[in-house]
Amino acid sequence: MANYIAKVKVMLKKGILDVQGKTVENALKTLGFENITDVRIGKYITFNVDADSLEKAKEIANSAADKLLYNPNIETYALEVTIFEGNV
Amino acid sequence: MKFGVVVFPGSNCDHDAYFALKHNLGFEVEFLWHKDTSIPDDIKCVVLPGGFSFGDYLRAGAIARFSPIVSEVFRFAQKGGLVIGICNGFQILTESGLLPGALLKNTSLRFICKDVHIKVVNNNTPFTSLLEQGKVLRIPIAHFEGNYFAGDDILKELEDEDRIVFQYCDAEGNVNEASNPNGSLKNIAGIVNRGRNVLGMMPHPERYCDPILGGTDGALIFESIINFLKI
Repeated sequence: MANYIAKVKVMLKKGILDVQGKTVENALKTLGFENITDVRIGKYITFNVDADSLEKAKEIANSAADKLLYNPNIETYALEVTIFEGNV
Repeated sequence: MKFGVVVFPGSNCDHDAYFALKHNLGFEVEFLWHKDTSIPDDIKCVVLPGGFSFGDYLRAGAIARFSPIVSEVFRFAQKGGLVIGICNGFQILTESGLLPGALLKNTSLRFICKDVHIKVVNNNTPFTSLLEQGKVLRIPIAHFEGNYFAGDDILKELEDEDRIVFQYCDAEGNVNEASNPNGSLKNIAGIVNRGRNVLGMMPHPERYCDPILGGTDGALIFESIINFLKI
């Protein structure tokens, strides 16, 4: 059994108006950042997983994301799982 | 026959719903705890009330949907039992898949608490059985995430199957951008499932059942439910 860390990035689907991103983008423009466009705001979720292998850890993490962490109607997610080497 | 009002940690319109049903309308009602694993037989309509179940953490309604009572509400709905999800209750219904689509943040990025007008666009449901088609109701909203969204295919399905029940409108019943408080697709304020026994709506009918609170249009929805159940 090894300990892995999963990092899940949840973003609103492309095409869905991200009102938070838009508001932040407008604020940045007001501050003079004229080259910045398409600001989007998502969620970043991390958790540790005990599993026999990296494959198994990924499977568990994917299943957690599918069941609860994202809403497929409006969001997409990207998952990264690596061996956990302690809090850096 | 009784109403059952579900109480989640963070529900805050549960007592309003209880009060409106029992004291304003004179119906039998009892609370159902989110950890309950059964719904008593004499309950004919379950209310999922407004509030911030589980703090709205992750996404509004996302955690409440896994409460034991929600599995029971699923079974209850499958057998044809009436379910009305108000505000956070609507969010729980979409998260659980009992109703399609999702509620996004309001386009204004503000929590909006005010009276709105909604138009009855389908009176062929248990929840609108006493209302005329096109009738305009004045009912308050109070939400940050009430911006109804659905993909094109789902929207088409809702329209083809006549499942949009309420649309935001002005006092005269005009459905337009100016009368859309939160950015909802097609001004959608409430929809039903295919079986027409599960309604989700963002406005709060339980808040307008007592003249002392400023309006009684909300009572028409609960009276419609009773009217339907008596038939």
